Amino acid sequence: MFVWFHKLASPPFFYRFAQKLAPWLGWLSLLVILAGLYGGLWLAPPDYQQGDGFRIIYVHVPSAMLSMFAYMVMATAAAIGLIWRMKLAHAVSAAVAPLGASFTFLALITGSLWGKPMWGTYWVWDARLTSELILLFLYLGYIALNHAFEDRRTGDRASAILALVGVVNIPIIHYSVQWWNTLHQGQTIFFGPKSEMPPSMYIPLFIMILGFMLFFAAFSLKRLQVEVLQRENKSAWVRELVETT
Amino acid sequence: MRYRAIIGRDLRLAYRRRGELATPVIFFVIVTALFPLALNPDPALLRTLAPGVIWVAALLAVLIGQDRLFKTDYEDGSLELMLLSPISLEWIVLLRVFTHWLVTGLPLVILSLLLAMMLDYPMHAIGILVMSLLLGTPILSFLGAIGASLTVGLRRGFMLLPILVLPLTIPVLIFGAAAAGRAALGDHSAAPLYFLGAMLMLTVTLSPFAIAGGLRVSLES
Repeated sequence: MFVWFHKLASPPFFYRFAQKLAPWLGWLSLLVILAGLYGGLWLAPPDYQQGDGFRIIYVHVPSAMLSMFAYMVMATAAAIGLIWRMKLAHAVSAAVAPLGASFTFLALITGSLWGKPMWGTYWVWDARLTSELILLFLYLGYIALNHAFEDRRTGDRASAILALVGVVNIPIIHYSVQWWNTLHQGQTIFFGPKSEMPPSMYIPLFIMILGFMLFFAAFSLKRLQVEVLQRENKSAWVRELVETT
Repeated sequence: MRYRAIIGRDLRLAYRRRGELATPVIFFVIVTALFPLALNPDPALLRTLAPGVIWVAALLAVLIGQDRLFKTDYEDGSLELMLLSPISLEWIVLLRVFTHWLVTGLPLVILSLLLAMMLDYPMHAIGILVMSLLLGTPILSFLGAIGASLTVGLRRGFMLLPILVLPLTIPVLIFGAAAAGRAALGDHSAAPLYFLGAMLMLTVTLSPFAIAGGLRVSLES
């Protein structure tokens, strides 16, 4: 098990591993997302208050969850890269950051589209919206710093420190913004009898979250393959790969 | 003794580069003066805006001052000697950022008295405003130093620094402006001040590690 794990950290082995795994995850995520969309857009009943407008949660909630999940993945990989000086870990952070920023952007856009009919305005300075916006800024800062250095390794390590500082700050930002102002609706999904949502509404949501997770995994692997190729462009195995294909 | 040498060196350098140190202070005054010009010189309006305006201007002024923090030492190689010295880099960084705050942050706090009067901020609350800046600007100095340590090796680092650091300063801005704003209305402002104090403790103890880490990365390349 550990031997296999160590092998996975070697770029050529990882590249071939991702080459095999990514298409499976990609097609699976498409199937799961289609199933979730069918459940969410056709099978689920309209909300008694919000009508059909609530259906945007089937995109909004998964992308908001992934926007935070991606940051945790990025920061964990950054810590691993800093502590054990693992090249592949830095590549993971660099590959995941733009995906995380995209999910954050998607969560903001879908949220503001939902806000127009429900709150009467596209944007309010509500706590969760503001935290999400700050999260987008943190992603953009990370990406900008990562690309600012001529030497790839310096950029990786500098932006890894920034990602870790961000992790310490995220809870502080989250709570300070929450006490500052809040309008967003509270949590409505709980497991078991406490849930305020009927199963026909929340089951498609969980399917969508699973689908988004698979999508994220598949595209992270694909992006990671590109990162690995760029970083290893002088090594023999990449040359071999380019010549044979 | 060695610690005193580090502080003394930075104070002497600061004294000999007085002009450079004045930049953030002048910036602070000019930015504050822009708000009445852009909005409306009505005293009632300015009174409600004053805490926010002073806080935003102070935040930007501190960040502007942080850009040069390690630059000259990086260019002439003193930073490498500090890395090699027997005192840990974390300690050196802590002392240097604190000294830098003494010569850039503290003048802003003192000058805020004047600006508060110009914006018709109520006199009875001015103690709280100064208190919030006294607790808040050192946090901004340390956060700015994290950005400065990461961008010191970059030619266009001064462009990048605000993008990296501004999102991290938002809690300080929220609690700082809240303390000053509540005091102006005659409300209790102890809670936001306590939060600022807690954040100050957290940044003073944790950020030297991030700053030293950033300097090590910048020096390796």
